Amino acid sequence: MISNEAKKEIDIWVSKYPKGRESSAVMQALTIVQKENSGILNSDLIYAVADYLKMPAISVQEVATFYENYNHKPVGKHVVRFCHNISCMLNGSDDLISYLENKLEVKTGEVTKDGLVSVRKVECLGACVGGPMCQIGDQYYENLTTDKLDKILEELK
Amino acid sequence: MNEVCFKNLGKENPASFTTYEANGGYQVWRKILKGELTPDEIIVELKTSGLRGRGGAGFPTGLKWSFMPRNQEVQKYVVCNSDEGEPGTCHDRDILRYNPHSVIEGMAIAGFVMNATVGYNYIRGEFMEPYYRFEEALKDAYKAGLLGKTLQGSPISFDLYTHLGAGAYICGEETALLESLEGKKGQPRFKPPFPANVGLFGKPTTINNTETFASVPEILSRGGQWFADLGVENSGGTKCFSVTGSVKHPANFEVPMGTPFSKLLELAGGLKEGRTLKAVIPGGSSTPVLTAETAMNMTMDYDSIANAGSMLGAGSVIVMDDTTCMVKTLARLAHFYYDESCGQCTPCREGTGWLYRMLQRILDGNGKKEDLDLLLSVSEKIEGNTICALGDAAAAPVVSFINNFRDEFEYYIKNGKSIIEGEHNLIEEATSV
Repeated sequence: MISNEAKKEIDIWVSKYPKGRESSAVMQALTIVQKENSGILNSDLIYAVADYLKMPAISVQEVATFYENYNHKPVGKHVVRFCHNISCMLNGSDDLISYLENKLEVKTGEVTKDGLVSVRKVECLGACVGGPMCQIGDQYYENLTTDKLDKILEELK
Repeated sequence: MNEVCFKNLGKENPASFTTYEANGGYQVWRKILKGELTPDEIIVELKTSGLRGRGGAGFPTGLKWSFMPRNQEVQKYVVCNSDEGEPGTCHDRDILRYNPHSVIEGMAIAGFVMNATVGYNYIRGEFMEPYYRFEEALKDAYKAGLLGKTLQGSPISFDLYTHLGAGAYICGEETALLESLEGKKGQPRFKPPFPANVGLFGKPTTINNTETFASVPEILSRGGQWFADLGVENSGGTKCFSVTGSVKHPANFEVPMGTPFSKLLELAGGLKEGRTLKAVIPGGSSTPVLTAETAMNMTMDYDSIANAGSMLGAGSVIVMDDTTCMVKTLARLAHFYYDESCGQCTPCREGTGWLYRMLQRILDGNGKKEDLDLLLSVSEKIEGNTICALGDAAAAPVVSFINNFRDEFEYYIKNGKSIIEGEHNLIEEATSV
């Protein structure tokens, strides 16, 4: 269920915590297996992580449903996480989110027909001086305009 | 400006080990490893410096460090709170990106003072660029023999690791952060016991914010008095402010405490063309909003902002102009707290939902006259009735927005639209005539 590569990555995280405290690595373990599984978790993966870290499955389930960054429904290959909180809002994030929805013909929370992109409204991502901004993968995109968004979308494959 | 945490800004490769060392970095740590500084001396300097927790609570750092049972023979921990997520706040991100070694050195010094040999830096899960920078810095510090076991032949050991979050504002609350670091839901713990006694893995732990740790090396190298003198009474030193919203050039500025708000506004290029100042949130979304007049008369330090009726908080200045609809803005903040409440305490879990839904109802044009008093009453019932400060943080904007801009809320309820829209329509009508 969990690939050897993912196990190796999880082991690096496990090694950061004291012996017997392997469960501290659960957040990263979930992040790693989610990435391997096209960006979503499912109950098999949750059981597998529980088994690997010797945790009760319910504890892993709790973590998997508490934090924002775990997905339980299909997402696009690329998830555009658009901040709509105060500093971004004051600089026009709402208009840009509508622009994105129209352009991609999706509502926030949905995936484009080709499965390439999904759009999410998220709370503050901590880059307020660069608002309006969004996150795609590991990358932050700041001081966004419709032109910049067009270019960013073009590059997504 | 930019003398402490941001002092490497503008230099080539500001985040690199070489730049940090070339500018006096790791000198304090090397002195400690040579046995030239004692924990007591460090605590005295920190107390003199007037450094207070930069994450928002403003607790004196020297005092906090002195609470740790340093002679107790158990594993102790130092934890850095880099779970920056207060709307309007983004200076810790820049410290991690441009001066990660100052955080490492600050944490190592803390480890020495409290006899803690292990540290964790909890970085929010979205901060991948800061995470990679910090990891790079850690590698270099290990390579230089400044982290690890029995360093430079001394009996001192300090191992430092990063932990990544996965998206939860509440993990910025120190005990929620500890729960999260233990691999659990981020739900705050009851206090007491305080983390200094029962912290990470049940062991004595000191948690400080990124900016706090980053300030420590510079304070110890230039002296507590030097730092204190940069600021004003009761607010020593400099502070990083994120200035965002309706300004020409939103940016982070590290300025002396006591700098007038008007000066900070000027640094950010002033208001956008043709706009006038309407309101300011001085310390991040959890601190009460102030009117333009009050804000223009305050200076950026703990006491002045408290006297103005708000809090310095995390130093996140959100500027609103005459085109900002206060109803919509408050509804957005209410949604945030509703979304981020951890669900542990009933008043917060239920109350934040009520606040958000009532404000949304007003925005949708279905507000009722009695809604404003109901909003205030719900806020009052959340405040002080929850384990952590998120409940209070959710209530503060509601109370202050309504109290300072009540006429705007009343207008919205009566007319089903924003007074801003109304004003603009009037202007349009006037120009079309």
